Amino acid sequence: MRARVLVRLKPGIMDVQGAAVKRALVGMGFSELNDLRVGKVIDIDLNEPTVESVRARVGEMCRQLLANPILEDYTIETVDDLAPRGAAR
Amino acid sequence: MRFGVVVFPGTWSDCDFHYVVSEVLHQPVRYVWHRERELSELDCVILPGGFSYGDYLRAGAVAGRSPVVEALRGFVAKGGLVLGSCNGFQILCEAGFLPGVLTRNECLQYRCQSSHLVVENVDTPFTRGLRPGQVLTMPISHGEGKYHADAETLARLKQQNLIVFRYSEADGRVTKKSNPNGSLDNIAGVVNPEGTVLGMMPHPERASEAAMGGTDGLLMFQSLLGSLVEDGSFLKR
Repeated sequence: MRARVLVRLKPGIMDVQGAAVKRALVGMGFSELNDLRVGKVIDIDLNEPTVESVRARVGEMCRQLLANPILEDYTIETVDDLAPRGAAR
Repeated sequence: MRFGVVVFPGTWSDCDFHYVVSEVLHQPVRYVWHRERELSELDCVILPGGFSYGDYLRAGAVAGRSPVVEALRGFVAKGGLVLGSCNGFQILCEAGFLPGVLTRNECLQYRCQSSHLVVENVDTPFTRGLRPGQVLTMPISHGEGKYHADAETLARLKQQNLIVFRYSEADGRVTKKSNPNGSLDNIAGVVNPEGTVLGMMPHPERASEAAMGGTDGLLMFQSLLGSLVEDGSFLKR
């Protein structure tokens, strides 16, 4: 079964990377831009039978390695949420 | 004092530390590969700077879960000393030995320059030979050295005197201008409550011979050796 983890900086944490990307876009003429933050996508394929067990195991991966709780929040999307063949939505 | 210098794929300051310990301090030292778990014959383990595992995911994140770092938990519990510099500091934070985390420099630039550090805590084996308020000069060399911790953690660091070094001016004043990376409260190095695990972004191994431009880093190594004599632990061998 597949899962997709989205890791984002917590709201209070300054995202210097996002700020630089935002400046570049504004410089390119996208002046309507209000805010931009950069995160990470981690696609995982694992041998777990149910959505619940996938969520449990992937949640454990997030807590132990994939996200740093001091800085980052994460959300887990399972196969139910993902488009067929994992295509970008 | 028997030293171990840990080597991860991507470590780059391992040879510098090994050189300083063996050729300047004249102490026994060996490299410790990141898959090793046997540390019991060592007194001090050094986690050097570099880009362990290519800084993938987050700086120090993958190394922070490696076999040698897991083995450090037992080593530290038995009173072993650990010094993490640069990437080593990032690893110690990621592995939970020290509070907080190191993030991208506020200026977004990689900073490779000389820095002044004011000594805040001399009650550790690493700094026992220094004076409170003493200013050391050491190089920094990092892109992700901005120390971050929540307000509660910062209050605890201050209350327990766990901040060891802060970036400062040459005269010891802690100013925004002297902060090279945007670190919270100019924090450059912190220690665990037991005083046995020190993490710092600057590079003492690159300031340990006059030919390298300064010897302030050597003062830390000499403190370590001094502590061995002061607490009498050399007699237990």
